[in-house]
Amino acid sequence: MRLRFRRRRLGQFAIAGTVGAVLAGFTKQAMGQSTPQTPSKPEVPADPNSYVDVELQINGKEQMLKIEPRVTLLDVLRERLDLTGTKKGCDHGQCGACTVLVNGRRINSCLTFAIMHRGAEITTIEGLAKGNTLHPMQAAFVAHDAFQCGYCTPGQICSAVGLVNEGHAQSDADIRELMSGNICRCGAYPNIVTAVREVLEGKKNAAV
Amino acid sequence: MTTVGQRKSHESATGHVSGKALYTDDQRQPIGMVSLYPVTAPHASARITHIDVSAAYGVAGVVTVLTAEDVPGENDTGVIIRDEVLFPTEVISYWGQAVVWVVGETETAARLGADRVVVHYEPLPPILSIKDAIAANSFQGQPLVVRRGDATTALQAADFCLTGEVEMNGQDHFYLETQASWVIPDGEGNYQIYSSTQHPTETQVIIARVLGIPNNRVVVTCLRMGGGFGGKESQANPFAAVAAIAAVKTGRPARVRLRRSQDMTLTGKRHGLLGQYQVGFSQEGHITALDVDLYADGGWSLDLSPPVLLRAALHVDNAYYIPDIEVRGQIVKTHKTSNTAFRGFGGPQGMVVGEEIIDRVARFLGLPPEVVRERNFYHGEGATNTTHYGQEIFDNRIACIWSQVKANANFAERRIEIAHFNQSHSYKKRGLAITPVKFGISFNKTQYNQAGALILIYTDGSIQLNHGGTEMGQGLHTKMLQVAASALGVKIDRFRLMPTSTDKVPNTSATAASSGADLNGQAVKDACETLKARLAPVAAKLMNLDAPEDLVFEDGWIYSRSYPNDRIRFEQVVEQAYNDRVSLSATGYYRTPNIYWDAATSQGRPFYYFAYGAAVSEVEVDGFTGTFKLRQVDIVHDVGESLNPLVDQGQIEGGFVQGMGWLTMEELVWDAQGRLRSDAPSTYKIPTISEVPEHFHVELLQRAAQEGVIYGSKAVGEPPLMLAMSVREAIRDAIAAFGAVDFVPLASPATPEAILWAIESVKARSGAKSGVAESLLVSPTV
Ligand code: FES
Ligand code: FES
Repeated sequence: MRLRFRRRRLGQFAIAGTVGAVLAGFTKQAMGQSTPQTPSKPEVPADPNSYVDVELQINGKEQMLKIEPRVTLLDVLRERLDLTGTKKGCDHGQCGACTVLVNGRRINSCLTFAIMHRGAEITTIEGLAKGNTLHPMQAAFVAHDAFQCGYCTPGQICSAVGLVNEGHAQSDADIRELMSGNICRCGAYPNIVTAVREVLEGKKNAAV
Repeated sequence: MTTVGQRKSHESATGHVSGKALYTDDQRQPIGMVSLYPVTAPHASARITHIDVSAAYGVAGVVTVLTAEDVPGENDTGVIIRDEVLFPTEVISYWGQAVVWVVGETETAARLGADRVVVHYEPLPPILSIKDAIAANSFQGQPLVVRRGDATTALQAADFCLTGEVEMNGQDHFYLETQASWVIPDGEGNYQIYSSTQHPTETQVIIARVLGIPNNRVVVTCLRMGGGFGGKESQANPFAAVAAIAAVKTGRPARVRLRRSQDMTLTGKRHGLLGQYQVGFSQEGHITALDVDLYADGGWSLDLSPPVLLRAALHVDNAYYIPDIEVRGQIVKTHKTSNTAFRGFGGPQGMVVGEEIIDRVARFLGLPPEVVRERNFYHGEGATNTTHYGQEIFDNRIACIWSQVKANANFAERRIEIAHFNQSHSYKKRGLAITPVKFGISFNKTQYNQAGALILIYTDGSIQLNHGGTEMGQGLHTKMLQVAASALGVKIDRFRLMPTSTDKVPNTSATAASSGADLNGQAVKDACETLKARLAPVAAKLMNLDAPEDLVFEDGWIYSRSYPNDRIRFEQVVEQAYNDRVSLSATGYYRTPNIYWDAATSQGRPFYYFAYGAAVSEVEVDGFTGTFKLRQVDIVHDVGESLNPLVDQGQIEGGFVQGMGWLTMEELVWDAQGRLRSDAPSTYKIPTISEVPEHFHVELLQRAAQEGVIYGSKAVGEPPLMLAMSVREAIRDAIAAFGAVDFVPLASPATPEAILWAIESVKARSGAKSGVAESLLVSPTV
């Protein structure tokens, strides 16, 4: 076998939509050493024109961002805004770990571009509590120990809040059906059902 | 007031529900951190003929590319033997294997760079199944034999004899948090690693090996994990190691965080296993002889396969006494991911073989399977209560749990109801089954059964608690806080539970084998006892008592048993201790006593004790679609005197659900080229909330204190997983109702497809009604 490490310097050309460069405001400033192998002129450079200004309203706060149009809401939350309570379990809309609320409706933030939600009210797990007072769904999850490792929990809670907002769930069977998009590998399901039921019933009782 | 035994909620509960509990990749990113992305092999087996990484440098944001030449130390992350190359230069051993890693300013840059790396391969034919591996004589590790008596002679003497085989699928861990490691260099040749690892010490040792530096230059910290299940025991190491190499080469912090499909294609899983057996038994269903070959699919490298296989061999008996038995085991080598620890560590696979055999015997004799199970239980004293590896089961709780769960579940009545239901329904059949669990607790490797703790009391009376175990959702940290609070006699909120770190407690064992609370709990208690012994004389002096002997530490107060009204605050004693120059920090240590193992004869007392449980499951199977619905589950499980019933109940429910996933829906599919086709939750079916039965009753065995274990508790992480065997056997019971046969072959996992095939085979068999020509159904053998 032959290893070849020769550096090739081809002419510079741009590929639209290519990312990955160090851009002001996008990646953190690189510190310290640059490596000897880094070429001075990348053959596939980043295109500064592919970045757009986006204003998002997250947990009641305006956020001004310069992002690529195709960046997901999940990556913006985690990588740009340090809102890492929202988790990445699959990045393909198949596990529910990234569930957030947009105008009160639950969505998988990995399946949606941040740019699509200009003007919308985005609520993440960090925005549910009022100061030190937990949202009733958060409190119910604590009271019923509805988690083990906790990694699915932010998604479960946002999803459950969305479920209550939707107003369709009447029974445990409904809860099971309507929460089935949120995987919990630890299998804390029985307690999740109990927690969601409690909030649902509280809502019903409050409405009477 | 003691906090041990209370239903205390998870120590990070508020953090979890508010999104503030940090996992490795959630931390505030250090400035200048680079990301890694692998170039993966498009063949399961191939020779590497050429690697050209130069084009990657043409991508903006690519910092460097890591190849074998960048490894400062050893290019190997093997844990038992050195057979796990980190950067392969000669051959590809499984599809998706990482060949080189591209380092970028961002993950996107690294990924685009990886796309441009050119690797040429000369494909070779892969070995992809256990049977192909056996045919090709492709084995690894050493074969093992565990035996008692003379199975061959006993088989010849048996009334009846059956031969058969059962093969089961592996299982992907699918911890919801994928593998993640951050490595932060300090510029002086030391490295701080944050890793989602169940075994920080091993991750430390492997990084030191790969970097060619002493262990003391590497600190590995695990904040917590978003699930582990065994999949972050050895599997965390290679990713932490490549990140470390990136940190060395670039001088910058580096991170590896696998995408879900990468995680599923790159990391090892539960071992698939093939069991081939010959069983001898009497007319009454007593098993008199058993001869079994177990073949575990080790995948491309050895990893932890030898102890996994051993545990399988030591659990074939499950709860049953078999007078003459021989279990042989071998690890096959295939071109697949290197299979590894997974909750139960081979035990479940061994036990599934055992339960399959019991069912064969029962149906052959026309006896209810639960009757045959009962008749074969370990019982009495001496030989009939001693395992095939020579360990006597001194605290046999099987029969007690069995009768309790049968009563709870109304087993006898439901048997009759179900028979009626099945008579009146042609296309839907119900099935009921009860299965026991007896699971040995301790690491098979004796030296792993030790643990350490470090407790630091500060002058304001606040305390830091360090221990060697990692938190992955099993509630270990919560239990350790309870133990420390009880042992030190203070309130739990006085403690800060510190992230697990190799610079606090060195040379730890993996948090595995269900042993986290047993081992670390004793070490924590030991440290507390040391501190109490130092504080007692200080308190006695403050209270003008002569002797510190009868002092009680309780709830933040210290008092003498003789004068309970004269008490003094914990922090006052702490402050005085500081002034008196008494040390306020202590380490604790524990090693499990009375365990030993003779590898040459496969005999000994490998387990400190056994955990027991039993489950009753009822299913309804649809004859048209092969789908099933789990209607009801009743469990009685033995956790000793529970340290925390809330946590333990969660472990039992969660373990059961995970076991059910393994046995009924989680199907790993490799195609003919060795590509894993089930590499995402869309194609790999994890149990969801809708599959959990509505009637799910879990009861902890009462008055069950376990002698010699921390506060009388018992390990709980793994044993409940095997309670899910009752689901598999209930499905089999329902399938049997579609015909009248003496054998119900059922593939594992029992997916709808597998169930449909089984129903077809049952119908065909009971239609043919001859049952003679089948080689699998010969009786008696000579
Ligand atoms: S990360 Fe979005 S659904 Fe899994
Ligand atoms: S609590 Fe671990 S995945 Fe749900």
